Amino acid sequence: MKEAIELGLMALVLSDMALLGIGLLSTCIRIVAFQGVLLGLFSVAVNWGFLTPRVWILAAVSGLLKGVVYPLLLRRAVSDAGVQREIEPYVGPIPSVLAGIALFGASVWIGGRLPLTGAAEAGSRLIVSASLMTLLTGLFLVAARKKALTQTLGYIVFENGIFAFGVASVGEIPALVELGILLDAFVAVFVMGIAMYHINREFDHLDADRLNALKG
Amino acid sequence: MQTFVPWIQFGIGLVLSPLLAGIVNRTKAFFAGRRGQPLLQVYYDIAKGLAKGAVFSRTATWIFRAGPLIGAAAAVTALALAPFGGRPAAVSFPGDPILFLGLFGLMRGLTVLAALDTGSSFEGMGASREVFFSALTEPVMMLGFLALARESGALSLSGILNAASLERPETALVAVALFIAFLCENSRIPFDDPNTHLELTMIHEVMVLDHGGPDFALIQAGSAVKFWCLGSLIVNLFLPLRPDWPWTANTAAGLAAMAVLAVSVGVVESVTARLRLNRVPQLLAAAAALSALALIFSLG
Amino acid sequence: MIPVLAAFAVLLASGVTPRLFRPDSGFGRRVGPAGVVIAAALTLIPACRVLAGRTPIREAWPWPMPFGSFAFHLDPLAAFFLVPIVVLSALSAWYGPDYFGGHDPGRAGRSWLPFNALVGGMIGVCLADNALFFLLAWETMALSSFFLVAFDHREEGVRRAAFIYLVAAHVGTAFLLPMFLSFANAAGTADFAAFSGSLSGPAASAAFVLAVIGFGAKAGFVPLHVWLPDAHPAAPSHVSALMSGVMLKTGLYGLIRTLTFLGVPNAWWGWTLIAVGAVSALIGVLFAMAQRDLKRLLAYSSVENVGIICLSLGVATVGRAAGLRPVAFLGFAAALVHTVNHAAFKGTLFLAAGSAVRAAATREMDRLGGLSRRMPFTAAVFLAGSLAASGLPPFSGFFGEFLLLSGLWRGVTEADPSTAVSMAGAASVLALVFGLSLIVYVKAFGVSFLGSPRSDAGSDAVESPASMTVPMAALAAFCVLGGLAWAALFRAVIPAAAGVFGPVPLAETADTSEWLWKIAAVSGLLVLAAGCVALLRLRRGRPAVRSSVTWGCGYGPATARMQYTGSSFVQPATELFGFVLGTRKNVRPPAGYFPAGRRFETETPDMSREKLYRPLLAAVSRLFSRIRAIQEGRLQVYVAYMVLTLLTLLLWMLR
Repeated sequence: MKEAIELGLMALVLSDMALLGIGLLSTCIRIVAFQGVLLGLFSVAVNWGFLTPRVWILAAVSGLLKGVVYPLLLRRAVSDAGVQREIEPYVGPIPSVLAGIALFGASVWIGGRLPLTGAAEAGSRLIVSASLMTLLTGLFLVAARKKALTQTLGYIVFENGIFAFGVASVGEIPALVELGILLDAFVAVFVMGIAMYHINREFDHLDADRLNALKG
Repeated sequence: MQTFVPWIQFGIGLVLSPLLAGIVNRTKAFFAGRRGQPLLQVYYDIAKGLAKGAVFSRTATWIFRAGPLIGAAAAVTALALAPFGGRPAAVSFPGDPILFLGLFGLMRGLTVLAALDTGSSFEGMGASREVFFSALTEPVMMLGFLALARESGALSLSGILNAASLERPETALVAVALFIAFLCENSRIPFDDPNTHLELTMIHEVMVLDHGGPDFALIQAGSAVKFWCLGSLIVNLFLPLRPDWPWTANTAAGLAAMAVLAVSVGVVESVTARLRLNRVPQLLAAAAALSALALIFSLG
Repeated sequence: MIPVLAAFAVLLASGVTPRLFRPDSGFGRRVGPAGVVIAAALTLIPACRVLAGRTPIREAWPWPMPFGSFAFHLDPLAAFFLVPIVVLSALSAWYGPDYFGGHDPGRAGRSWLPFNALVGGMIGVCLADNALFFLLAWETMALSSFFLVAFDHREEGVRRAAFIYLVAAHVGTAFLLPMFLSFANAAGTADFAAFSGSLSGPAASAAFVLAVIGFGAKAGFVPLHVWLPDAHPAAPSHVSALMSGVMLKTGLYGLIRTLTFLGVPNAWWGWTLIAVGAVSALIGVLFAMAQRDLKRLLAYSSVENVGIICLSLGVATVGRAAGLRPVAFLGFAAALVHTVNHAAFKGTLFLAAGSAVRAAATREMDRLGGLSRRMPFTAAVFLAGSLAASGLPPFSGFFGEFLLLSGLWRGVTEADPSTAVSMAGAASVLALVFGLSLIVYVKAFGVSFLGSPRSDAGSDAVESPASMTVPMAALAAFCVLGGLAWAALFRAVIPAAAGVFGPVPLAETADTSEWLWKIAAVSGLLVLAAGCVALLRLRRGRPAVRSSVTWGCGYGPATARMQYTGSSFVQPATELFGFVLGTRKNVRPPAGYFPAGRRFETETPDMSREKLYRPLLAAVSRLFSRIRAIQEGRLQVYVAYMVLTLLTLLLWMLR
């Protein structure tokens, strides 16, 4: 099971890097969906020895939400808004990927220093690093991209990072916290979707940075 | 006998390297529904070129003739450093990856100078792109080798490649990164299209437009050997061979794997489109990222 | 030490002589360089003896100056720097008189006084064993090279370059003074012999930082390199060769010497050097790529190479701090080897560039082209220098690169994770730098010397006389035969390293020199393969060979102006790294049915000057313009200021 977890972690980090390097929105949505499914499997794999129905249900709910529901909503937002790709982000694809390497280096460094027992039980020290990396990637996307849609993606990735971190640090997911965050993200996706729809209708574009033209 | 084995493999590489181009072409022909060239076409081309006369530009100097000659010699020398079939290379010492990369730098430098020697703007354009892309592949290969070196603790190409095993996931990352660098260095799709007929879009081919006859034959032979050298590195990553197995078995496995590599290059060429020029640095940066991740994983 | 003193005397005498007689006579023009050659030969004797393993020489004469003494110390480290300095000085001096040929002969003859003073100053810096003596030699070097940079002082740009250089040199010295003072204060004397181990803790770190800034201003670390790209093109070419090839190295020598005083280093010193070196190397190579002026390109490439040496020193320091002895040894050996290599290839390149620039009367690469037909010898020499400078095997430049990368390689395999990952980062930056430096030198050589002439500038060039080509050839020979040279010369590196680290275990050095011999063997294989290929190529006697025009892909009337220019050659790379370079474009595209007046210009001003010094100096001058308030313009008021100041000081002192 350890090898499977390591492979999964590597896939998680690679998907983070891909999000940083790719500008095509539909591909990004697919990658985020992949991350969601991966994390669902992950919470099963980490608790392999003592699987309770609760773990199964939580894994299924979060996998379903992140892997199917969000992507569908986001895809509809993309087709409604008619935006295909991220053009002229604040930070271009190559610097983003380089920043991603730096973020991962930092995550590994921090991961080695956090006193987390759950991670060691789960079999890989990389769990903490990979979840930190995912969390930081999400924040980076929110900060470095212009389109409101990519920023929404960033929030979801950020949430994925927290989820993975929770799995890493506690082993079993603290259901209440996790559900709360899930709900937040769910609402965020809805609000963003509605907001984007309206921004697009009013202004013919989706650039969040132009919202500052509204200030008095 | 054992001391001669690397040199026998060196000879095999030298003789069989043009065959790989034939395999790539046949694979592409198969995908396109054609019958394609004979497998040995590159041999015929080289033999014919060597027997021909040549036309030299009045602008060109001795550098134009030295380019293909030194280029081919550098590729052949690099072949002596490349391990094959899970066995150490003919020449192997700590730090030889640096020499290996340097020899390809020499080959590229001389080819590019020969291109500039003609004073043709097309060749200048190809030369400009060639040096630029390879400047970006160097860090990819360096980081990839370093990640493997960290895993194995070895300092020579033979040491790091023969100790690598695909059981560790970081090796797979390095293999992918090296494969991307391999495609770029050998001017393959998605970086360059060896079959294009429009000078403006060529990279490697346009640099050698003015070379004819024996010079062009040397360039073809040199490129074939380069393909073999870099290919044998990737093949070594995938093959779980051990140096203490009989060398004939190792060599046979290596040859089979080289053929598979050539087929997979053909498949990649058939199913992918060429990248826009300004996207090339992005793909190479992604390859560098893979190498860097592999290195960080191997530390973790 | 007697030969060295004799060398000083010869330098002084031969520098002054042209001023006493007629500087424009044949004798007046040649006595100066002859003196440099003799002095170089005299200095080489003791230096080579020390490198060959004789005991170091230490002698002192009194100097009626407080704390001062004429103390000399010729140890292997000094000798290792001394040899390239005097050899390159002699060759540049040999090259000089005919390079000046076209200039006003009187001024050319008089210019040998500062030239000889520069050579003497550099020898003094390497040999000084006393802080005051060191600073004296250091200032001699700075001032004499200022006069040399200002040789063509009738041009406004040259005057500005010389002035910037003078300021930079003195800012550097301003940091060295407190450093030496803190050492002398702790040791109780200004003799270097007492300096080692005299400082520790924060004081040692402070001394290290002062040394990096003070010596870095001379060596050209980014962002202190700002004088370099202006001063080198302004100076006459043999002076640029000397300044770039060896004068920058005195800064590195000073830094290494200071490190020997500081004992076992902190790891962060090494990381600082690695970071400074990596930034310098990358910035240097990127800006070199974007230049259109041949000598400016070479000047930026010096920034790159000094960065590589600084990075090597950093690797050595980190290795030493972490107890990784092989890493430390390889890093230090790389620094020394690259110092010599850079002296050789940059000397070659500046001398050859001078030969080309003198013949074509322009330094703009985009106006040159096809020089190799008119000047085949200069072209061959420049090619040898370029191949060495791009770090390609088997040329000499590869060997420093090899040692440095194998040092980093060992660091990555053996060190703890965070050290390893930083070293891997340094190695990949270096790989990028070497890849880019190939672009730089392919551009420099290919655009200036190959193809056909882009303007009338180079079309009637003639080859330079033998007095210029022979010194170039001597340096080029070292660039080409680097493989054998370094395998054989590597023994000389070991005592110099031992002087810094203490005795080096034989096993490590034996390994390293075995690798170098293997590289030499592979180079032999390369030559053999080239020979075989050439035979294959000539197998059929001489098959029919025709000559014709270059294939223009079906377009007949291609002209020389349609060739790819240097700027277009590097365009993909400058575009990608545009965020660093900040290249300005001035484009007026063709428009309308009968387009006229279109133009396209690019200019890459120095980043640190634009982004750092200009705002900084503007802020400083704004600040000081406030003080103008007290500028009255009346003498009485000024006298009153003085009296007030004196009174205040007296009161403060006697309180």
